[in-house]
Amino acid sequence: MVKRTKSLNLNFGPQHPAAHGVLRLILQLDGEVVEKADPHIGLLHRGTEKLIEQKTYTQALPYFDRLDYVAPMNQEHAFALAAEKLLNIEVPIRAKYIRVIFCEIGRILSHILNVTTQALDVGALTPSLWGFEERETLMTFYERASGSRLHANYFRTGGVHQDIPLKLVEDIEEFCRSFPKIIDDLEALLTDNRIFKQRNVEIGIVSKQEALDHSFSGVMLRGSGVAWDLRRSQPYEIYSDLDFKIPVGKNGDCYDRYLCRTEEMRESVKIILQCIEKLPKGPVKSIDGKISPPNRDDLKQSMEALIHHFKLFTEGYRVPKGNVYSAVEAPKGEFGVYLISDGSNKPYRCKIRAPGFSHLQAMDYLIRGHMLADVPAVLGSLDIVFGEVDR
Amino acid sequence: MLEHLNKLEKHINSELTSKVQNSIIENSELLIEIDDKDLIEVVQFLKSDENLKFRQLIDIAGVDYPDQEKRFQLVYLFLSHEKNIRVKLSIRFDSKQIINSLTKIFPSANWMEREVFDMYGIKFKNHPDLRRILTDYGFKGHPLRKDFPLTGFNEVRYSEKEKKVIYEPVKLEQNYRNFDFESPWEGTNYIKEIKKIEKNGKKN
Repeated sequence: MVKRTKSLNLNFGPQHPAAHGVLRLILQLDGEVVEKADPHIGLLHRGTEKLIEQKTYTQALPYFDRLDYVAPMNQEHAFALAAEKLLNIEVPIRAKYIRVIFCEIGRILSHILNVTTQALDVGALTPSLWGFEERETLMTFYERASGSRLHANYFRTGGVHQDIPLKLVEDIEEFCRSFPKIIDDLEALLTDNRIFKQRNVEIGIVSKQEALDHSFSGVMLRGSGVAWDLRRSQPYEIYSDLDFKIPVGKNGDCYDRYLCRTEEMRESVKIILQCIEKLPKGPVKSIDGKISPPNRDDLKQSMEALIHHFKLFTEGYRVPKGNVYSAVEAPKGEFGVYLISDGSNKPYRCKIRAPGFSHLQAMDYLIRGHMLADVPAVLGSLDIVFGEVDR
Repeated sequence: MLEHLNKLEKHINSELTSKVQNSIIENSELLIEIDDKDLIEVVQFLKSDENLKFRQLIDIAGVDYPDQEKRFQLVYLFLSHEKNIRVKLSIRFDSKQIINSLTKIFPSANWMEREVFDMYGIKFKNHPDLRRILTDYGFKGHPLRKDFPLTGFNEVRYSEKEKKVIYEPVKLEQNYRNFDFESPWEGTNYIKEIKKIEKNGKKN
């Protein structure tokens, strides 16, 4: 007797706890085996690029917090770098260090969330409870520097908004001393865990060539054995002066990507400690008065400062004509901003290159032939955040 | 870095000769302008050439210049891991033109082209699945075109009466005010628009 099977279409999401946001995934199933996956995205599309075209460069910056809301400052960084490249201005050295500190904090924030929720997706609850406590501490650092836990709006073209107090630096240092212990604890729960390994090892394998073809970047690329990190290969800010390692995977499966992320957290801690040790004194934003707003104190005394303040917060600064692409190594991969300026105070076009967009695109290729239960595992290891995928 | 770029520019120019319309080094980045007919060939060359090996397509950015004859521009960003270089490839064309799809050469071009299609209405030849991607199901218009209003045309709300989500034309309590700070003495745009409407009203 020949068994007749009919393939079944299953709607995964948009309301599904393992979809990591608003993903609608239409799966074509043959029994439990996935034959085809068609991700429908755009449910969180807010027209960021269109909005940015209507705003001045300073006003455009907060939109970047709302892309990948797990590591907001890394996104701001890409935009700030692009605008600085067009304006051709120098960032003071202290600002560079502060930026790197907060970018690495962002990386830890993002990786904790990813590692622990991936564990949650495959059945382990405890890591997320432990991890989120640490995230909370890190977000208070964000708050103490910028005033808000998530949507920081802290970076500026030409530096950062405000200097950070000494006590905050000390507290970050203290956190860095204690955090490796937490990573050890998380690893004790997961790395050799039988169930975790069964769910992740040899799941969602990406070969080197395919990682390149599908425009993968960040951990997705390194997990497949391509030693490529923008912080090392095209260094920006002060990354060339810092000593850190780039963990590279071997098999390109979900488990290797998990290992890469845990290792990257350790490296981030090292980077922050080095930055704190070297943190120089000095100004934290460009001394060019036509770009950085004047000091609050000066406003009461100096007419010139008052005029500059008024002009900067109404008209903003004008950016010379040209186009520029600048990318940073965000926790999820290469986050880039392609900026076209027509010489006015608003960007003519701002294309945002989100790493998650290309990663999610490969979902169909990654999941074909896997079981339905592997969908959350693969999705988790892609590290998708819908803020940046949908923009 | 700049020396490197000059070399790269020379190499591309000598290999592609007539296909390169213009090449610019600006902000230590190389931009190559080509004709849209040569796109496939040039990309294939960039990908396979031993000295370049641009094996990753980073992104495709559409740009709209409504006042110009060749209205649209597509900028392709490439990255070569082995040589550690980036290049930007630009094509200009008018709104009716259909562009060759890169999906055969770079599978990742699929969604990027879908996004360009969604946002600008640019069509691609030989694309396997040219659907809208970011906008709503049943959306009309192409939002990133400069003539598309920022507020859009339709808004969505849950109707208590019909017990479902309904679409309505956008109704704003207050007009979207686009302050033109660059020339503050001529009055802001929205006042001018009101005056224009009044004038037209008198004529009728």
